[in-house]
Amino acid sequence: MTVTDAAPLSAAGNPIGFGRMLRKEDARFLRGQGNYLDDIQLPGMLHGAILRSPHAHARIISIDTSAAEAHPKVKAVITGAMLEGLKLAWMPTLSQDVQAVLATDKVRFHGQEVAFVVAEDRYSARDALELIVVEYEPLRPVVDARRALEPGAPVIRTDIEGKQDNHIFDWEAGDREATDEVFRRAEVVVAQDMLYPRVHPAPMETCGSIASMDRVTGQLTAWSTTQAPHAHRTLYALVAGIPEHKVRIISPDIGGGFGNKVGIYPGYVLAVVGSIVTGHPVKWVEDRSENLMSTSFARDYHMHGEIAATKSGKILGLRVKVLADHGAFNGTAQPTKFPAGFFHIFPGSYDLEAAHCEVTGVYTNKAPGGVAYACSFRVTEAVYLVERMVEVLADELKMDPADVRRQNLLRPEQFPYMNKTGWEYDSGDYGKTLEVALDKAGYDDLRRRQAEGRARWRAAGGTPEHPEVGGEHLMGIGISFFTEGVGAGPKKHMDILGLGMADGCELRVHPTGKAQLRLSVQTQGQGHETTFAQIVAHELGIPPEDIEVIHGDTDNTPFGLGTYGSRSTPVSGAAAAVVSRRIRDKARIVAAAALECSTDDLEWELGRWKVKGDPEKGKTIQEIAMLAHGTLELPEGVEGHLDASVVYDPPNLTYPYGAYICVVDLDPGTGQIKVDRFIAVDDCGPRINPMIVEGQVHGGLADGVGMALMEVIAFDESGNHLGGSFMDYLLPTSLECPSWELGETVTPSPHHPLGVKGVGESATVGSPPAVVNAVVDALEPFGVRHADMPLTPAQVWLAMRGRPLRTDLAVS
Amino acid sequence: MQTPAPFEYDRATSIDQAIGLLEQYGPDTRLVAGGHSLLPMMKLRLAQPGRLVDINDLDDLSYIRQEEAQIAIGSLTRHSELLSSPLLAQHWSIFAEAERVIADPVVRNRGTIGGSLCQGDPAEDLSALVCALRAQLVIRSRGGSRTVEARDFYLGPYETVIGPAEMLTEVRIPIHEGAGSAYEKVERRAGDWAVVAVGCFVKLDADRVLDVGIGLAAVNARGFAAPEAEDRLRGQPATEEQLAAAASLAAQHCRPQADQRGPEDYKRYLVGELTRRALRRAIDRASRGGA
Ligand SMILES: Cc1cc2nc3c(=O)[nH]c(=O)nc-3n(C[C@H](O)[C@H](O)[C@H](O)COP(=O)(O)OP(=O)(O)OC[C@H]3O[C@@H](n4cnc5c(N)ncnc54)[C@H](O)[C@@H]3O)c2cc1C
Repeated sequence: MTVTDAAPLSAAGNPIGFGRMLRKEDARFLRGQGNYLDDIQLPGMLHGAILRSPHAHARIISIDTSAAEAHPKVKAVITGAMLEGLKLAWMPTLSQDVQAVLATDKVRFHGQEVAFVVAEDRYSARDALELIVVEYEPLRPVVDARRALEPGAPVIRTDIEGKQDNHIFDWEAGDREATDEVFRRAEVVVAQDMLYPRVHPAPMETCGSIASMDRVTGQLTAWSTTQAPHAHRTLYALVAGIPEHKVRIISPDIGGGFGNKVGIYPGYVLAVVGSIVTGHPVKWVEDRSENLMSTSFARDYHMHGEIAATKSGKILGLRVKVLADHGAFNGTAQPTKFPAGFFHIFPGSYDLEAAHCEVTGVYTNKAPGGVAYACSFRVTEAVYLVERMVEVLADELKMDPADVRRQNLLRPEQFPYMNKTGWEYDSGDYGKTLEVALDKAGYDDLRRRQAEGRARWRAAGGTPEHPEVGGEHLMGIGISFFTEGVGAGPKKHMDILGLGMADGCELRVHPTGKAQLRLSVQTQGQGHETTFAQIVAHELGIPPEDIEVIHGDTDNTPFGLGTYGSRSTPVSGAAAAVVSRRIRDKARIVAAAALECSTDDLEWELGRWKVKGDPEKGKTIQEIAMLAHGTLELPEGVEGHLDASVVYDPPNLTYPYGAYICVVDLDPGTGQIKVDRFIAVDDCGPRINPMIVEGQVHGGLADGVGMALMEVIAFDESGNHLGGSFMDYLLPTSLECPSWELGETVTPSPHHPLGVKGVGESATVGSPPAVVNAVVDALEPFGVRHADMPLTPAQVWLAMRGRPLRTDLAVS
Repeated sequence: MQTPAPFEYDRATSIDQAIGLLEQYGPDTRLVAGGHSLLPMMKLRLAQPGRLVDINDLDDLSYIRQEEAQIAIGSLTRHSELLSSPLLAQHWSIFAEAERVIADPVVRNRGTIGGSLCQGDPAEDLSALVCALRAQLVIRSRGGSRTVEARDFYLGPYETVIGPAEMLTEVRIPIHEGAGSAYEKVERRAGDWAVVAVGCFVKLDADRVLDVGIGLAAVNARGFAAPEAEDRLRGQPATEEQLAAAASLAAQHCRPQADQRGPEDYKRYLVGELTRRALRRAIDRASRGGA
């Protein structure tokens, strides 16, 4: 069976294989019967709350906890000084740095953890925070990343021996000399500065943990909102010195992750300390403001791009300089060798001669983190950069941006393609996907209508000085074409803290032919319980409703580094296919024994081994399962039962791609933008469950509209966080989202056993540049070439007047 | 979960009892109506009242009815009721127009006109609306009732003339037969507070502006109004030039402040642009018989 054939339906009406089916997990979610962290109640459980810094940068003079300790319901008050005694005041980050669990010497960002109260209930814990008296000596903060390296800038990381500045790393990729050479001989060179501002994943469920330390057995059980339970277990063992076999991490239902729940936060460690100190389980769940102010943000890349081309629009090279704001501690989560993640995929989908990037990371007095939020390890920033640069070039050459892309996209015969910064793109037919999107959008017609609208506006007297003429609006059309590298990652290329990124997977087929699949990756809403059951169904012919997918509990699942960077289907999906195939091979031996024939005489049809030439004779997978557990004599050396386990080390990343087109409406009298249409044609190879894929794309597109038009975390001159609630940090609603128009092309990955590619972040990565390109296109009559996100009405209005904002700073 | 500080809670059974409780427990006590302004502030611990008096059972404060040349609205009337009231729609389109862009259905199902006005938020849409229409507000205390002009109700951001043992009971909206009204708001996202909002009504005598009211939200306009612009327009022909002149006076006299919604000059510009748009539509409505 090929993946494009429709799968047969099970008795329950589900596809035995790929195809649309409702999600198995939805029965409990729709009934309100999910089991999220905050639903968990343990006997004797206490509650923790964190006192946070009101300053961005200040020395701690003293902390007086006596009044809080005297609160009748308070069981413990923990400070940095106490943790220092336990050697727990600092914890390692995922980027070879350390982060304060509780501040000892200084606070380094607004919202940093200063003290932890454990009380009988959550209200009392929160009340007691107000009884703690902290004396601070405010210090000058570093707010503007562009000034972090100035001589005389306050040094943030005085805790690092000998540190004299705020520099974290310099990193480069690509060929500098070849790139410089291309730029020297290019007919056209265009440069553009752009900021991908700090945004936040803002999952519906905030982060939290319940730690229960059993003093008798020495066993730590932690229920945590984590996308990576196994990684957390190893980290707890490394941080807290608790032996790994005594640590169990349970990740219950997760209400959205988007990268926010990859790392370990101080609150998680404090729950453990609280449980050790009090002898009770301790629950800590952050509130919305804490989530927005202190947990992993994303982006914050200040980029300077340059593009070199011929006069006819052939792109020759790309050169990029990035200033990366990592906040007060370098806590980004990414493979060790890549301090800028996969940013160096910035040459994107284009056939160019040379490319080079330099990235400098700096400390600022802001929350740490840095890579979270559906970005495939900074592919988001890379795609934004290249897709803006292509537009800038088109603007310079007065060419249609669709034509510039047509001319420069990689051609099918170039795959597998080694790009200029070392990525081997697995497969693609880019031109086709672009044409499908342009067709779907009715691109030529849109351009015609746009020209008519501009003519009407001008005829009515519209000029940059008098934009409002009788209510005439202006249309903008934006294209983006993205390529992602997802599915980290091959052991030979990447690791996190020395841990390889291969995924384990176990499949047990029970005597009656029902199965349990154990995964190392954790679902946060992506529908793993359905998708992975469909993979096994596809390989073994067991109906998906007969397959239970088990995940999220380190005691019940094999090791693996978790779900992020769109890696679940590329890595664990492959593992699930491979483990199913192992079962299929074993089933063949069992069937041959039962049918008293040779395995060579058997051929597979979905769900059954049958005798070649005598199709009536055969054994179904369910019959084989019973035989494997029964008394049937198996050939010498073949064990009974029908279980298997694998570890899958991906040979390469998968490279999903897509062509997106956005159409916006600009009210030139107010600067308001409305997204009228959005066309998204994705190629992620074959779609296991198209409905789930579309859901992922819908969510990502909404994310993209949000980032392009409204989401930003800015800081005022004192370093105060200006996005600490959903009244300040805006997320898009259905009213800002048009009815998405989706399409697909199917180009399988040659190295993935199912040909599939990751898709979880495609739309988040691909859509922001499409929206921004559309807005900038709408502003063409005003001579606007670029304005930074978010394109709020004020930002658009200012761009029309030639003075767009620095969106990372307070508006003044 | 955001947790408020400890507080006591009473559920009032009558207006008099509610006022009695306010008197008994003093200024640390707050009425709670829809709770959509007060409770978020309590959860953020920006407000820490010692006691709440819940007035949600006071059905006699929930009504929209015509009383001679006025529409009387009980202070416990919900946003959603203002949005769907046929009586209001018949006389003042501005109500439904403004309500459609206030918050979201969840907030509108609970939030009340009394709470909205008493909160005194500088960006409150209904404040701009009642000030545009020159409504009167009826305030009750133990001694009886007093009536104040909407434009005299506000002392500053989050500050009104309501005393600690007083309660807003009614909003009285004048009816001007044949007048037209409109509401214009620019927001960063549906349900967000205004960057700037402008509401107005216009009464015409043939082509001349007989009376006009202009309310401004989110720009620190005194009394949420633009009296200079109104004075400029009153008695003038309803032409684009006159509208532009009035709109620029509105822009000139308000006092917007820069914040994450935009810089001061943008907000001032918007006041002008939205005033023009609102007046244009109100005039159009007035010229077609009103509402
Ligand atoms: C998500 C969200 C979005 C919003 N968006 C908008 C928006 O776009 N535009 C807008 O204008 N508003 C907006 N609001 C505010 C909303 O309109 C008001 O919060 C709400 O309707 C206020 O009314 P309430 O009944 O909920 O007041 P409450 O919260 O119950 O009370 C507010 C204050 O008024 C006092 N009070 C209440 N009733 C009386 C009374 N009868 N007499 C004396 N004092 C009284 C209370 O003591 C309290 O101090 C938004 C609110 C939320 C939560």
